[in-house]
Amino acid sequence: MDLITPDLGLLFWTGLVFIALLFILTKFAWKPILNMVNTREQKITEALELAEKTKAEMQLLAAQNEELVKEARRERDAMIKDAKATADKMVEDSKNKAKEEAEKVLESARVSINAEKAAAVAELKAQMAAFSIEIAEKVVRENLSSDEKQKALAEKLAGEINLN
Amino acid sequence: MRLFNKFNTLVLTVFSVLSINALYAGHDEVDGYVENDFNIGEMIMHHIKDAHEIHLWGDAHNGTSIYLPIILVDGGLKTFSSSHLYHGELKTTLDHTTHEEIHYVAGVGPAEGYAIFHEKIYKLENGELQFENNHPHNAKPLDFSMTKNVIVLLLTSLIICLFAIGTARYYKKNGAVAPKGVAKFIEPLVVFVRDDVAKQNIGEHKYKKYVPYLLTIFFFILIGNLLGLLPLLGANLTGNITITCFLAACTLLATVLSGNKNYWHHIFATPGVPVPLLIIMIPIEVVGILTKPFALMIRLFANITAGHVIILAFIGIIFINKSAAWGALSVPMALFISILEILVAFLQAYLFAMLSALFIGAAVEEHHH
Repeated sequence: MDLITPDLGLLFWTGLVFIALLFILTKFAWKPILNMVNTREQKITEALELAEKTKAEMQLLAAQNEELVKEARRERDAMIKDAKATADKMVEDSKNKAKEEAEKVLESARVSINAEKAAAVAELKAQMAAFSIEIAEKVVRENLSSDEKQKALAEKLAGEINLN
Repeated sequence: MRLFNKFNTLVLTVFSVLSINALYAGHDEVDGYVENDFNIGEMIMHHIKDAHEIHLWGDAHNGTSIYLPIILVDGGLKTFSSSHLYHGELKTTLDHTTHEEIHYVAGVGPAEGYAIFHEKIYKLENGELQFENNHPHNAKPLDFSMTKNVIVLLLTSLIICLFAIGTARYYKKNGAVAPKGVAKFIEPLVVFVRDDVAKQNIGEHKYKKYVPYLLTIFFFILIGNLLGLLPLLGANLTGNITITCFLAACTLLATVLSGNKNYWHHIFATPGVPVPLLIIMIPIEVVGILTKPFALMIRLFANITAGHVIILAFIGIIFINKSAAWGALSVPMALFISILEILVAFLQAYLFAMLSALFIGAAVEEHHH
């Protein structure tokens, strides 16, 4: 029965000590500890929020950067394309011009060649005619240089003439 | 670390041996006679009850004890050392009903006129104790002595103060930084009580006011439970009905004082109950207010006392059989229960705080229909 009967003296001491303990701990331990823990938790929450915000900002910045890079790339591509077109056009132009020029030169060359050719042909003809006459003269002279020869020729010619 | 563990084991072993020694020797010191038979029931009861001395080791009269101050209110304040009661004049008397011889020790010196029997102090009548059915019939003075439990109570409070105020000082010195040292041990428990005990059971908006109380009660029970497991000291603070009764009364007071309109409305005019039924319901609800802390009181008392009884009973096997060989069986079993008791120490502290928070939470709950 002793075991389950509260004891007045012990109850008195327990009450005294426990209430003192409650006040001392509340004032000097629990409140400072809880305050600090709360402060720290707030700090951590704030730090996490800041990190989250910074991350979002970084992402935004990265996106912007990417956009810029894209833009730059696009611009560069456009520039390259323009330059290429210009260059192509220039090459094309100069090619055409050169071709024209060449054709002109060719044409004039052809004309002059033709003229030269005609002149040469004419001269050749004239010379040939002269040579022919000379040769014919020489042949005739040779053939008529002696009597026998004159006779032989005459015979031959006469032989050829058929008296049909 | 390993060295530290070895040292720990050694200290524990030495303490265990000493406490077993004290256990065997101490069972009948009140009577002043060494009985031949080992009475395990008496030994266990002696160890789980309060005492006016801290018996360390040795036989009753040749043993080493710390004698605690006796403070009596009996027509004025009387204070003296309990050694005057324990080591007084040996007396023999006849029980009035059973007519058996009973031995007791009457106080001498400043303790003249008083006698201690089974740790209760009685006033002597005609220089004698009057026994009926093995119980003294004498008047008892008001006993405000610093008993073993009061010493352990102070020790518990001191340990909690050292830990908790040490933690607070750590934060004061270092600011709101990550915990180190003692703070590393205390802070998780504090945060656990705040979040999982107070906030969860009382509610987001009202829990703050009750956190210091719940923390105090949690650490008080935890450290009390753990000190009870220390050999040599032989304390049974939280297994004492007076202590658990006081703690439960505190929770009752906290519940009743913080009860809001909604709470009392539910008790005295339970919604949805016809008026004639209220005649039955009101007494049931009022009893319900009391049974909750009553269950708290019994739960803690029974759990801790039962743990001590089992450990003592296992160790007692050795002395019942009067053979150290039984130690091979009883020591591992007692060790197992001791380890289980460490778990129980935390569990009961948590349960007491959690249920207190739950009752307070029910008292401050807002109307939700």
